[in-house]
Amino acid sequence: MSNFDPEGTAAAHRREPRVSDPRPGALHFGIGTFAFQYDDAHGDPVPGSQVLRDVVEEAVAAEQAGLDSFGIAEHYRRGMMDSAAPVVLAAIASRTQTLRLGTAVTVLSTQDPVRVYNEFATLDAVSAGRAQMIVGRGSAIESFPLFGFDLADYEALFDEKLDLLMRLLRDQPVTWAGRFRPPLTDQVLEPPVAAGAIPVWAGVGGSPQSVIRAARFGLPLMFGVIGGPLSRFVGLSRLFRQAAAEFGQVEQPVGIHAHGYLADTDEEAIEAFWPVWSGMMNAEAPKRGWAPYRRDRFDADIAAGSLLVGSAETVAHRLATGMQLVGATRFDFVAAGSRMAHADKLDSIRRFGTEVVPRVRALLDPSPTERAAR
Amino acid sequence: MTGGIDPIRRVSILGAGRVGTALARTLVDAGYQVTLAGSGDPEAVEMIAAFTAPGARARWARDATSDADLVVLALPLHRLPSLDPTILADRVVVDAMNYWPPVDGIIARFEGARHGTSIEVRDVLGLDRLVKTFNHTGYHDLEPDRRERGHPDRLGMAVAGDDADDVAAVVEVVERIGYDAVALQRLEFGRLIQPGGAIFGARPTADDIRRTLRPLIQRAA
Repeated sequence: MSNFDPEGTAAAHRREPRVSDPRPGALHFGIGTFAFQYDDAHGDPVPGSQVLRDVVEEAVAAEQAGLDSFGIAEHYRRGMMDSAAPVVLAAIASRTQTLRLGTAVTVLSTQDPVRVYNEFATLDAVSAGRAQMIVGRGSAIESFPLFGFDLADYEALFDEKLDLLMRLLRDQPVTWAGRFRPPLTDQVLEPPVAAGAIPVWAGVGGSPQSVIRAARFGLPLMFGVIGGPLSRFVGLSRLFRQAAAEFGQVEQPVGIHAHGYLADTDEEAIEAFWPVWSGMMNAEAPKRGWAPYRRDRFDADIAAGSLLVGSAETVAHRLATGMQLVGATRFDFVAAGSRMAHADKLDSIRRFGTEVVPRVRALLDPSPTERAAR
Repeated sequence: MTGGIDPIRRVSILGAGRVGTALARTLVDAGYQVTLAGSGDPEAVEMIAAFTAPGARARWARDATSDADLVVLALPLHRLPSLDPTILADRVVVDAMNYWPPVDGIIARFEGARHGTSIEVRDVLGLDRLVKTFNHTGYHDLEPDRRERGHPDRLGMAVAGDDADDVAAVVEVVERIGYDAVALQRLEFGRLIQPGGAIFGARPTADDIRRTLRPLIQRAA
């Protein structure tokens, strides 16, 4: 979506939220990354500064592989370098031409929406209209004590900050008052962005209340998959559409965000990804009180489709089936979500863009010739 | 089944979030009459139920529990004090909740719960008895992990409680939805199946649960 809005500027009166890119029915495939530190060939940790330069290269590779977007997460913990996504996205902007630059997710509850506006409006300007974001809770809570917020206020924080952010993006000048930051009076922020031009998606993990909130704000919906079959999102996706209709909102698209790994064969992918994924899960297990992550769970997660691991052919079929089932038109592949080496991440990104996505597009949206050939 | 207990037919679930709706789907599927209640007006829950747990009816918490044989607590733990405990009187009550500070933040009362968080839940609500189960599996695994009786891959589900009749009634529900139940005859053994416990999130079989918990229970005895 371009930054051009034929009907006016950010200062125009509030209008119906626009349909976010992609429109329902149009397909969009992206990459997500967490900027994990990883070990080099000698087993030494690669410096964080290098990890971030690698992320920029991975985004360039994503564009070259024909992908639509690149999204960076937000964490504040040892070994994760994704603490300032807009800065990295701006660097990526200068190396790419068409790639949409986004987050997955922006932890809005502990950010100032005014600052978020400043950063993403600036990113949108320097990238000529390529900024987008997913806002949500994420699964980590370090940002709450770090920025002085109480986790018990989570719901109120998210509601209030989402309300302000959407006003700033849709309806300037803004007069606003809330609990968690000073009030605004006829506030206009620079740089200007056409109303509704920066797509903001709501990232949810499966809570029906979060789905209804996304519908109420007229936002497109991104399901973050952490386990279980994709079929569990079918009812939530229908709930989203029904709720949006009842709130009088324009129909918005639905997307899926999931982890995975690609190789020549299913077996090769499964065996190569097992140590990486179980290593990450088992590093997290003691902190979260989980029993150790075992192979049977890994196999169950792959069989259920919550981890997309296998050959391009296998993953493409699972993905097309899952997207069709859920009614999703966007899919973000976390090909770089774990402590994989840079070269492996690049390989997974290229395979996803050049081998998986064309197959999924053909399965979901066949051209007349392809349809006739099947 | 032991004698003297009426089988459970009507189940009321308090909490219409991820856990509550997953439990509602599973219980409807197993043939139970299910009502679902959120924190307020059932109108808000009605649409959620219609799409995420078809067959479950949305009610006010008070109405939902009034004719229920079993009440399942599936609300966020920090909302517990807002629950009117009088609506739980004389019901078989299941605690399906977890205290999970990495996600929910620290709640002082549960932080120091030496005998497990369900003991605290029981005392906060002033109940004389409570059963803990459903909590050690992920809400997103509850449905796909179900298997019919006798299936070689059927998984286990621990059911902890002090009242033998309550435990027996809940064991029957667990068996019917698709798991081999393992009865633990003390509510404080709930601490063994909560986060940080040996089987939390582990997809154990019934034998795994018995093998893992037996030495811990013997040590506690």
